[in-house]
Amino acid sequence: METISHTSQAKPNYLNADYGLKSWLLTTDHKRIGILYLISISVFFVLGGFFAMLIRLELLTPAGDLVLADTYNKLFTMHGVVMIFLFLLPAIPSVFGNFLVPMMVGAKDLAFPKLNLASWYIFMIGAGFIMYSVITGGLDTGWTFYTPYSTTYSNSNVVAAALGVFITGFSSIFTGLNIIVTVHRMRAPGLTWRRLPLFIWAHYATSVIMVLGTPVLAVTIVLVALERLFHFGIFDARYGGDPLLFQHLFWFYSHPAVYIMILPAMGVISECIACFSRKRVFGYDFVAMSSIAIAVLGFLVWAHHMYVAGISTYAALIFSLLTFFVAIPSAVKVFNWTATLYKGSITFETPMLYVFAFIGLFTIGGLTGVFLAAVGIDLHVTDTYFVVAHFHYVMVGGTVTAFLAALHFWWPKMTGKMYPENFSKASALLVFIGFNLTFFPQFLLGYLGMPRRYHAYPAEFQVLNVLSTAGASILAVGFLMPMIYLAWSLQYGKDAGDNPWHAAGLEWKTSSPPPTFNFDETPTVTWEAYNYDEIDAPGGPTHNKGVEVAG
Amino acid sequence: MPDNQVATQDLKHHFADLEHQKATSTFGMWIFLITEIMFFGGAFAAYLVYRLYYFNAWVAGSQTMEIKLGAINTVVLICSSLTMVLSVHFAKLGKRKLTAICLLLTLLLGCTFLGVKAVEYHGHWMHHEVPGPNFHFEHEGNYDPHQVMIFFSLYFAMTGLHALHMIIGAGLLIWLLIFNARGRFTPEYNTPVEMVGLYWHFVDLVWIYLFPLLYLISHSHNG
Amino acid sequence: MSSHAHHPTVKTFVAVWIALLVLTAVTVYVATLDLGPLNPIVALTIATVKALLVLLFFMELRYSTALTKVGVTAAIFFLLILIWLTLSDYLTRGWSSYIHPFH
Repeated sequence: METISHTSQAKPNYLNADYGLKSWLLTTDHKRIGILYLISISVFFVLGGFFAMLIRLELLTPAGDLVLADTYNKLFTMHGVVMIFLFLLPAIPSVFGNFLVPMMVGAKDLAFPKLNLASWYIFMIGAGFIMYSVITGGLDTGWTFYTPYSTTYSNSNVVAAALGVFITGFSSIFTGLNIIVTVHRMRAPGLTWRRLPLFIWAHYATSVIMVLGTPVLAVTIVLVALERLFHFGIFDARYGGDPLLFQHLFWFYSHPAVYIMILPAMGVISECIACFSRKRVFGYDFVAMSSIAIAVLGFLVWAHHMYVAGISTYAALIFSLLTFFVAIPSAVKVFNWTATLYKGSITFETPMLYVFAFIGLFTIGGLTGVFLAAVGIDLHVTDTYFVVAHFHYVMVGGTVTAFLAALHFWWPKMTGKMYPENFSKASALLVFIGFNLTFFPQFLLGYLGMPRRYHAYPAEFQVLNVLSTAGASILAVGFLMPMIYLAWSLQYGKDAGDNPWHAAGLEWKTSSPPPTFNFDETPTVTWEAYNYDEIDAPGGPTHNKGVEVAG
Repeated sequence: MPDNQVATQDLKHHFADLEHQKATSTFGMWIFLITEIMFFGGAFAAYLVYRLYYFNAWVAGSQTMEIKLGAINTVVLICSSLTMVLSVHFAKLGKRKLTAICLLLTLLLGCTFLGVKAVEYHGHWMHHEVPGPNFHFEHEGNYDPHQVMIFFSLYFAMTGLHALHMIIGAGLLIWLLIFNARGRFTPEYNTPVEMVGLYWHFVDLVWIYLFPLLYLISHSHNG
Repeated sequence: MSSHAHHPTVKTFVAVWIALLVLTAVTVYVATLDLGPLNPIVALTIATVKALLVLLFFMELRYSTALTKVGVTAAIFFLLILIWLTLSDYLTRGWSSYIHPFH
C-alpha cells in the first residue's frame, strides 16, 4: 500500500502537466480525453434539455398553441437524437470509462491512446453533422429514422443527421474496441478477472455490444442514405421493398444500444454501493456474469419494438418470450445490490443518494419494461406515454442518475477537490422529486391512452400534463445546480486528498488528481475487489469517516 | 523484459515490450475486423430476406451478371492475397526489396480488381440496370421488374461498399510502400504490414461470399 | 501465449493459394449445372471452405490465441442470430392467416 500524500497540490498531475489549448486538443492521455468528452456531452445535455423544455411547455395546455405541429415533430426528434447519440451513449463509457478503466486495471493508459483521441474527434465531427441538420431546419423523423418516412417523405435534413449518427458510431466502436483490448491485455500483475471491479465487467459487456451492434446500424444508415439520395427502393414498398426490414436492422443495434446506456450505469452503482455500505458486493460473480448475460440476451429481443408494426404473430411471441429472459440478469443485479446493503455500515453521501434513487427508479423502469414485453399489454400501450415514461425511468432514472452518482463519487479523483455536500444533497433530492413528478404522471397518461408525439391533446389529460411540466422545471433546477457548484468547487472546493471515501479500487491508490501515467509504479494486486473488511479492520487505513469501526 | 536493442521509437510508453505491443495491436485489429463482419453482415441479411421473398426476380437479376468477369476478379483477388501474405512474410524476415515488390504487386492486383469492377458497373449503367428513376429491366416471367431493382440496389450497395474497402486498402498499401522505402520495418517491428495484411485478407473474404451469392447460385436456374 | 512457434512457410501459402484457385474453378463450373436447390448449398459450402483457408492460413488464425478465435466465433454467432431471428419473422408471416377461424 502506498503512503497517503496530503500535499497532492505540489505533485505533478495530469491537469498541471501541461498548459494551453493545444495540450488538451492533442493529448493522448485517457484522463484528459475523458474530460474533453465530459465537457462535450455536458453541452449536448443542456441542448437536449432545452428541446425537452420546449416540449413540456407546449404540453402545458391541451391546444397546440406554442409551436406548430411540424416544429413539435422536430423538437421531439432533436431531443431524442441529441440525448441518445450525443449524450446517453457516450455519457458513462466515454467519460468515466475513459477516465477510470486504465486506472482500475492498473495501466498507464488505454491500449490505443491515439485511437482514443481520434474517437473524440470523430465524435465531434459526427456531432457537427447532427448540429448542421439541427440548424438547417431540423430533423422530424423521430430519433428512429423510420422508413419510408425518412427515405421518401420527410422534407427535413435526414442525410446530414444520418451521416452524423453514422460517424458518431465509429467513435463508439473505437471506444469499445479500446476498452476490450485494454481489459484483456493491460491488466496489472495479480489483477485476475475475478479481482476486477464490477465497473470493469460492466464496461467490458458494454464494449462487446458497441463492437457487435454499431456496425449493423452503420450499414443500415448507408442503405437509408442510398435510398434517399438515389431512390434505391430497398425499404420502399412501392418497389416491393419492406420498410419493416429497416426496423429489424435498426433495432438489432438500437435495442442493445439501450444496454450500452444502462450497463455502465450499473457498473457505477456497484462501485458506489460497496463503498458506502463498506461491504463487498454481494454475489460478485453473479453481478459480473449478469452484465455479460445482459449483453448477450440484449441481442435476442429487438423485435419487441415492432409488435404492432406487422411482424408475424409467431415472431412476436418468440421475441416476447426472449424479452422476459432479460429481466433475469437485471433482477440479479437489483437483488444483489439490495443484499449488499444488508448489515452494511451505510452512510448517505451524495453518490449514495443517487444509488438509492437508481435502484428504485430502475426497478420501476425495468418492471414496466416487462409489462411492455408482453404482447397483449404492448398492443394497448404502444406509442403512448406509457412507453415514454418507461424508457425515461430507465434512461434518466437509471443512466443519468448513475452518471450523477459517478460524477460526485469520482469528482475528487478527477479534480482533487471536494464538492459542497449540502448543495449536492439538495440537488439530489430535487432530481429525485422532479424526476418522479415529471414521469410518473406519464405512466398514467399512457395507460389512459394519450399517444406520444402529438403537440395537442384532449382537455381531460391536462392535469397530469401540468404535473409533468411542473416536475420538469424542478428537474431542470436539480440538473443545473451541479453544473454551478461543481464549477465553483474547482476554485473553492476543499482539497480532497487521495481517497476521501476510503474506497477500494486501484484508482484510489494513486494521488488526486492522478499523475499523467496514473501510477508512479505499476501496482501489483494481491487483494480481492471490494476488500472493505480489510480496509476497515483495526489498523486499516479508515480513520474519520464516521463509520463504526470495531476497536 | 524490455530489450534495449530494439528501436525505442517503436515502443509506446504504456507497453512492457514490443511483443506485448504487437500482440495487443493484433488483437485490436481482430476486434475491428469483427465490426466489419457485422457491417457486411447486415447487408447480407437484407440480401437473404429479399432472395427468399422475390426468388424469381433474384434469378433474373443474377443471370445478368457476367460470370467471366466475376471469376477473373476472384482470381485477381486470390492472387493479391498471396502477394499480401508474402509481403508480410518478407517484412518479418527484414527483406525490404522483396517486401516492396510484393506490396506493389498487391497494389496492382487491387487496382486491376477495381478496374474490372468499373467495367462491370459501366455495363450495368449502359443496360439501365442502375437503380433509380432510369432503371429499366426487360422482364419475362412471374415477377415485378421493381423487385429486380432491389436486387441491383443490394448488388451496388454490397459491391460498392466492398470496392470502397478496396480503395482504402490501396491507400494503406501506398502508405506501407512509403514506410518500407524509408526502412521503417524491421524483423522486430513490422506490425503495420501485418495489420494491413489482416485487413486486405478480410476484404478478400467478403468477396469470397459476394461472388457466389451475386453471380453463381442462380446462374443456371430455369426460373 | 504469443510465441509464433509454428510459423507458416512460403510453401504453405502457395499451397493455400492453389487450393483457393482450384476451389474457384470448381464453384464456377458447378454454377453452370442446374442442381436445383443444391446450387446455393454447394456454392456456399465451397465459399466457406475458401473463407476458412483464408482465415486460418493467410490471416494466421490457426496460430492465433484462443481469445482471437473466440472473438471471431462470437461475431459469426451474432451474425447468425441477426439472420435467424429476422427470418423468424419473414418466414412465418404467412402463418397468421391459419389461426384466423374465418379464413
